[in-house]
Amino acid sequence: MTAPTTTVADLVPAGPRRSGAAGRTARTPAGRRRGGRTLAGRLVVNAAAVVVFAASMFPVYWMVTTSLLPNRLVRRPDPLFVPVEPTLSNYHRVIVDESQFPFLDALRNSLAVTLLTVVGALLLALLAALALTRYRFRGRRWFILVILAVQMLPGEAMILSIYHLLDGWDLTNTIIGLTIVYIAAVLPFTIWTLRGFIAGVPVELEEAAMVDGCSRFSAYRRVTFPLVAPGLVATGVFAFIQAWNEFVTALVLMNRPENLTLPVWLRSFNKVNAGTDWAGIMAGSTLMTIPVVIFFLAVQSRMSAGIVQGAVKG
Amino acid sequence: MATATRVEAPHRPGARFPRPSPPLPLLLLAPASVVLLVLTGYPLIKLVITSTQKYGRAQVFGQPPEFVGLDNYRQVLTDSYFWTVLGRSIAFCAVNVLLTMALGTLVALLLTHLGRAMRLTVTVGLLFAWAMPPLAAIVIWGWMFDTQYGVVNWLLTNVGLDYQGHSWLINPVSFFAVATVIIVWQSVPFVAFTLYAALSQVPGDVMEAAEIDGANGRQRFRHITIAFIRPVLLLVTVLQVIWDLRVFTQIFALQDQGGITAKTATIGVYIYQVGIAQGRFDMGSAIAVLMVVIMLVASGFYVRQILKQEEL
Repeated sequence: MTAPTTTVADLVPAGPRRSGAAGRTARTPAGRRRGGRTLAGRLVVNAAAVVVFAASMFPVYWMVTTSLLPNRLVRRPDPLFVPVEPTLSNYHRVIVDESQFPFLDALRNSLAVTLLTVVGALLLALLAALALTRYRFRGRRWFILVILAVQMLPGEAMILSIYHLLDGWDLTNTIIGLTIVYIAAVLPFTIWTLRGFIAGVPVELEEAAMVDGCSRFSAYRRVTFPLVAPGLVATGVFAFIQAWNEFVTALVLMNRPENLTLPVWLRSFNKVNAGTDWAGIMAGSTLMTIPVVIFFLAVQSRMSAGIVQGAVKG
Repeated sequence: MATATRVEAPHRPGARFPRPSPPLPLLLLAPASVVLLVLTGYPLIKLVITSTQKYGRAQVFGQPPEFVGLDNYRQVLTDSYFWTVLGRSIAFCAVNVLLTMALGTLVALLLTHLGRAMRLTVTVGLLFAWAMPPLAAIVIWGWMFDTQYGVVNWLLTNVGLDYQGHSWLINPVSFFAVATVIIVWQSVPFVAFTLYAALSQVPGDVMEAAEIDGANGRQRFRHITIAFIRPVLLLVTVLQVIWDLRVFTQIFALQDQGGITAKTATIGVYIYQVGIAQGRFDMGSAIAVLMVVIMLVASGFYVRQILKQEEL
């Protein structure tokens, strides 16, 4: 949201209201000029930055370091801060582990549920968001209100009756059962976000396409859809992360060892091996973290803006 | 409502199309509505119904449930343990929200003071903390706070304190301290990024005008910066309250690693214990309904705030 404003401002020649050098400072965010003018001030600010960086990164670093150490070097009184003798044996052990809680089964379950959730939620949300932005109809405002309120329903409270519902349909311990619950869970947010993206595409473009002979749906498909694609990606990543990380529903609905998803697998694996195989546990959590971090970094700028959408008016 | 829409219609973006035959938008909404009705609406109603019935394991296996009115609620609300759990959840939520907001605001302000390279570095660090799957985060911190080989105990012992073999999770107070560290660590990035975005919207010329008029740094911060970011600050705080009040995963998974369940349960965990672990669906549902009510009150505020900003 910040970036476009700056770009526009850079294109506008310095007008009467902001002249020359003053115009430059006027565009920098308010706080930036106050600190860091003196050397001492700059030192304090940068030291604080180093502390924040270290506090944020250390646990992640610690996870990766531990996962690369042979187990005998993990269990020693003085911890090693650098992976001397790095090894992938922990990863190998976790992946091929055929014990009580197999990793590969959990990975397969997580991938299946997550991908199906993303596809399903995007499809349903796209249709709904089109209806909400491109048409006026009775009950439209109501629908949006419900969408907003439903997001706040705590899954921890709903899980009892959802379990009953799925149990009645024999859908516990199935991919499809967990998937439909996840689709319902991410749908409100995906509709809300896509609605914002579609509203950003001028109707005039669709009208122009229709004047040139497109039907309404081919106007959507050829004009709106490509323009909304970045929004679909961002929303899809959000749904991905939600489904990949979700814990309580998976814990209750998928309770057979071969039906666990990765978070529940990690919990069980940790329960069994804590104290004895920290290196293996860290290898497992690293494996589970990698896809999320990649996706997260890819769309981070939209994440916070999306969540509090409407709060910051550009 | 219909007439109001028609009057306003020419100004609204969607209205330029010829008015569609009514079923089309409803057709587009149908799939999403069905999913939400079946998997959110119905369970919600079922939850309320179950909370007014006697519903235990016997009923799961086919015995028809008996209507008992508000008996379950009476039982829950007269149980002192429920109030303990509720009080614990609220206190935990308050501490976490306060810490998260304070640290998040400080980090956001810090970001505005940093040069480009340093800001990017801090941003990447924060992103990693934010992106961690909660369960991985819990497991990592559990390892760092490990009794025997944990790096935290090692560090404190080396500083000269006697923390060798110290168990962090067995004592409820330090259990919640560890949970707070995990939650705050993961929540600060979101708050910091959002507030940083808001801070960069504070117009520089207003600031400048105030400076020329003789306002000092603190006055400018209080009367201009805070005034400009207040809506965002409010919204983020409400979101944090909602999220921290319903905390489940962190508490539940930490209990696995050595916490005492009865002394560390928050409301979400309590619902799980009563409803799922003990199979008392009726009582569990009653507690769940109470939790839903509390959440809806809290989120009513959030929804109003959003509606103020957005034109629907």
